[in-house]
Amino acid sequence: MSAITTQQVESRVVEALASFGPDESQITRGATFEELDIDSLDLVELAQIVEDEYGVVLKGEDMKELRTVGDAIDLIVERAS
Amino acid sequence: MKHRVVITGLGAVTPLGVGARALHERWAQGVCGIVDGAGACTDFEPKEFLSLKEIRRLDRFSQFALVAADEALTQAGWEGLPYDPLRIGCVIATGIGGIETVETQHDVMRDRGAKMVSPLGIPQYMPNAGAAAVGMKHGLQGQMYGVVSACSGGAHAIGAALRMIQYGDADAVVAGGAEATLTAFGFACFNSMQALSPTGVSRPFDLRRDGFVMGEGAGVLVLEQATLAQARGATILGEIAGYASTSDAYHLTAPEPSGRPASKAIELALADAGVTAADIAYVNAHGTSTPLNDVAETVALKLAFGEQRAKQVPVSSTKSAIGHLLGAAGAVESVATVETLRTRIIPPTLGHEVPDPELDLDYVPGEARPLLSANGDSLAAISNSFAFGGHNVTLVFRGAPR
Repeated sequence: MSAITTQQVESRVVEALASFGPDESQITRGATFEELDIDSLDLVELAQIVEDEYGVVLKGEDMKELRTVGDAIDLIVERAS
Repeated sequence: MKHRVVITGLGAVTPLGVGARALHERWAQGVCGIVDGAGACTDFEPKEFLSLKEIRRLDRFSQFALVAADEALTQAGWEGLPYDPLRIGCVIATGIGGIETVETQHDVMRDRGAKMVSPLGIPQYMPNAGAAAVGMKHGLQGQMYGVVSACSGGAHAIGAALRMIQYGDADAVVAGGAEATLTAFGFACFNSMQALSPTGVSRPFDLRRDGFVMGEGAGVLVLEQATLAQARGATILGEIAGYASTSDAYHLTAPEPSGRPASKAIELALADAGVTAADIAYVNAHGTSTPLNDVAETVALKLAFGEQRAKQVPVSSTKSAIGHLLGAAGAVESVATVETLRTRIIPPTLGHEVPDPELDLDYVPGEARPLLSANGDSLAAISNSFAFGGHNVTLVFRGAPR
């Protein structure tokens, strides 16, 4: 499998989060999940997508630490490499 | 002393369109919302009413509940809550719950493994999801729960809400029922029971009736303690005057043939309202269009009203226009009954053309007709609901004074 780029992860995460409700324009790296009204149930779904697509397993403790969209992207890229 | 309970808002999503008024008006015009053997809410476009987040988080049955509740609360004029949130309840019934969610997520489990099942699976499926969604959106913090009694659910929810206010546990309750069971599995189950009409026609009380037609949708009513509603200047649409419920303890799906438990529900509800059969100007029947129900209901009405009075009172079935909305039926039919009292127009039992010699009440065939007061001044009606499981519910409504 070729290396996953940050850009690829970022566009997939934004796409997934947008499908959960917030407007795509609001989903920046600095946006917090709280601001986006993304809760723990949404983050479990995000983790499922990430595991399905990148084989990266994110546990509940991992997700709890995430505050912003950028945090999530960085964690996924780090685990995938 | 029991408080009086009035209705200040009505909402409905039905195969006749979105809106309580659309339901009664179109039914009275003789429009039937059943197409190809199903009463689907084809006019209902979730995006017109709900946010992407609400749509994604709610099964279709809860979406119906939310939209019907929004309509009812708007009509009630609730811009902000008129009472302490802790004293506003919410009771929303469903017969089945989020069956579409169960089917979808079960497919996911089979095809992609248990780990891929959505964390929203249970929160969407759970039969209390409709109540939770309505309560959360509007900040209602009093008693809130789902009611589960199959095709009597909607009526039980309204009965529970009535008692809550009568006995002072709440100042207002948002009550109703919602159902969305037009799925492959839903049809398969009811078809296997041979409960559905093989011809796909809902014609209650007609000789040719051959089963019910499944429908979907929701009905919601805003109920308020009468003196508080009057004090805030609310428009009173009608009153819920009585409620009673009995059970057959006879068979999982067939009605008890003597009609006694069902007739007892009617009698007790009349007594609860302090009225007699002579006061009842209209019966909104359960009228499912199954061979057994329509006989049992006719027998029950005769037992409760007396043969002579039963034959005088007009009886019509909303299911002739929208099919059987299961857990939503009692609520949607309550909305239709209140509208009938308010407009004084009795919609007909559509498709009732060939009389059954066994069924000899006035089922309002053909066209809508004016609702006439039974005894000069009072205007009262009942709505019946009977369910798989043998649950019988009767609600008594009074029209608002003119």
